[in-house]
Amino acid sequence: MLEKALSGSRGYWIWLAVLVGIIFIGFLFWLKQFHQGLMITGLSRDVSWGFYIAQFTFLVGVAASAVMVVLPYYLHNYRAFGKVVILGEFLAIPSVIMCMTFIFVDMGQPFRILNVFIHPTPHSMMFWDTVALGGYLLLNLLIGWTTLGAERKSIPPPKWIKPFIIISIPWAVSIHTVTAFLYAGLAARPFWMTAVLAPRFLASAFSSGPALLILLILLLRKLTDFDAGREPVQKLAVIAAYAMSVNVFLILMEVFTALYSGIPEHSIHLKYMFVGIEGNMALVPWMWLSSILAVFTLLLIIPPKTRRNEAVLAVACVTLFLSIWIDKGMGMIVAGYVPNPLGEVTQYFPTVPELLISLMVYAVGALIITVLYKVALSVRASVA
Amino acid sequence: MFDGWKIIVGLIIFITLATVPFWYDAAAGKGTDAPDIRIETKDVPGRDQCVMPAEYMRSDHMELLNEWRDQVVRGNQRVHVTADGRKYSRSLTNTCLDCHSNKDTFCDRCHDYMSVKPYCWECHLEPEVMK
Amino acid sequence: MGLDRRNFIKIAGLSTLGLAGKPAVDAIARIRLPEEAPLTAKRWAMVIDLRKCRENPDCNEACIHACHKVHNVPDFKNPKDEIKWIWEERFEHAFHDQSQEYADESHRELPALVLCNHCDDPPCVRVCPTEATWKRDEDGVVMMDWHRCIGCRYCLAACPYGARSFNWRDPRPFIEEIEPDFPTRMRGVVEKCTFCEERLARGEMPACVEACDAGALTFGDLEDPESRVRELLRTHFTIRRKPGLGTQPSVYYII
Repeated sequence: MLEKALSGSRGYWIWLAVLVGIIFIGFLFWLKQFHQGLMITGLSRDVSWGFYIAQFTFLVGVAASAVMVVLPYYLHNYRAFGKVVILGEFLAIPSVIMCMTFIFVDMGQPFRILNVFIHPTPHSMMFWDTVALGGYLLLNLLIGWTTLGAERKSIPPPKWIKPFIIISIPWAVSIHTVTAFLYAGLAARPFWMTAVLAPRFLASAFSSGPALLILLILLLRKLTDFDAGREPVQKLAVIAAYAMSVNVFLILMEVFTALYSGIPEHSIHLKYMFVGIEGNMALVPWMWLSSILAVFTLLLIIPPKTRRNEAVLAVACVTLFLSIWIDKGMGMIVAGYVPNPLGEVTQYFPTVPELLISLMVYAVGALIITVLYKVALSVRASVA
Repeated sequence: MFDGWKIIVGLIIFITLATVPFWYDAAAGKGTDAPDIRIETKDVPGRDQCVMPAEYMRSDHMELLNEWRDQVVRGNQRVHVTADGRKYSRSLTNTCLDCHSNKDTFCDRCHDYMSVKPYCWECHLEPEVMK
Repeated sequence: MGLDRRNFIKIAGLSTLGLAGKPAVDAIARIRLPEEAPLTAKRWAMVIDLRKCRENPDCNEACIHACHKVHNVPDFKNPKDEIKWIWEERFEHAFHDQSQEYADESHRELPALVLCNHCDDPPCVRVCPTEATWKRDEDGVVMMDWHRCIGCRYCLAACPYGARSFNWRDPRPFIEEIEPDFPTRMRGVVEKCTFCEERLARGEMPACVEACDAGALTFGDLEDPESRVRELLRTHFTIRRKPGLGTQPSVYYII
């Protein structure tokens, strides 16, 4: 089926060339990082995880969100998702690959990464996260490829694939739960040590993922002959609206617990995010932007009238995605480190090489999703 | 066969590229002669034999070093006892290089020839630095 | 050369011990044994007498330097790349949750020596995905294997005491004087205090303890009721850093 990706329009090839160019530039910076060490990032002794790990965390959510189309389609036989379920699965694949690449570029000794399997350590959450992500990637590759292959031959998918599909549903939930456990089990970081972290991660995933999927569907409608129709878009919008409401609700729960209890170790991180500490306010404008975008999104996406207008919906999806990206991709991880466990404030600013390496990873993801969608849509077109 | 000539040209290009290192070495006049290795060691009193038979050391010294590393770092077992009861401290820099003080001819030449790059020396100190 | 060096170390080690005044040493008799006789304990622990540190304000520098020198700890002269095994922290930071604003300024700013606490239940060990850091069964030392560390820095996130450092860059050019008997590290791995396990194996006390002329640092076996650390813990009110987290640090402080 992969040969379908080898013929395309001029625009298709230009887009791929641009992505390869970005990957090439980013790769050069990664080589620099590999030779000189992570000193080329903005990370420090006090803020030892930053942009890379935050992107990883965010993208685990995008990967997990495929379950929001898989579950209604396969468990509830919701036929309207028939056309988009493969798009969800093929969104999960590049997302997981980006997650793994972000972990890889964050390693101090990347070529020792197999030590995680050579010396498996079940008491480390990172071991389980590796297992969960690897398994999820395999599941989605298997399911996506098998169901699409069946579709090409205009036959129903083979029966043996069904158990894998059923397993992939709780598995999707598990990848983001275990990713939350990476953080939520650390007594050293009170900001992360909250039982609501995993639910919050899931809620933000199940809103940002469908929002991205809506945008992709609308984009495909513009760029290609593929039209998923109105119904799946609207259904995804309802899912995103509920999940985003839950997400904002859970954030407010965190704020209440931290501020009302007044325990300094819990409230100080919120203070750093929203007002700054002693003039250190790197995150302040971003966190307010994220909050305003969240409220704005809810105002657009909850009322049926605005939600049903696809142009408005598109705007809401953009603001929703941005709001959560800022929250998880910038605030969440760094704020856990500021102030440090000794109460000292060291700020973190990503460097240009760090951002270019991150851009490379996103370009890898974009490349993979382009190729996968191209294959999926070409198969569709040849069947129809 | 469709496009037979394209496949053949492609194959030729592939094989040429894959064998570039050989052509490169041939052109540079670097043969595949065995490296000039000096195995004579410094005369250390009471140390006229290696910790293991020479045959074993020749083929498996890297395994022994890995074992020693794990036994010292992870097992806190620092003394190696040979089959005939001699005792050695399990240490690359203090025991091995004590006798084999000619690291450049004893270790490096063969490693270079085999294109092996042990990373021991990124942390452990070479005799030059130690002197 | 090797034999000479070994003898030199033995002699030098013994003579510094002799010169160093009266370091608070438990097993002083065992130290004179040859290096095949290691110092052992069921559970190593340290008591730091901050009163003595305060009386000797220049003293901390000496023990920090002694540690960083024998372990080839680089000095980058900037906080971003900084690596430290033992260092001074103001009391209000070292004991973040036990400081109060009406205390005398000199008390709040009292420099406290901090290092890896060698916890009974170390969070860094719990999170490490490769067991590159682990707690030694026989004596409770929290160890580091620099051959195995993948540089994920999960342990830096998990340590409640900020005791761990990461090699953001190649440290060698920043080591003032390289100590040949101890390895340097390579970029991309994590390091920290190991209670001088390599010195204990040779029958020597930790470098900081040995360097402390004021007798502020006492090192010994927590499981031995007759040990000097147990005596200090019995006869003084001592505190530990963040006891509420349940990590059970092995480093105690007399205030």
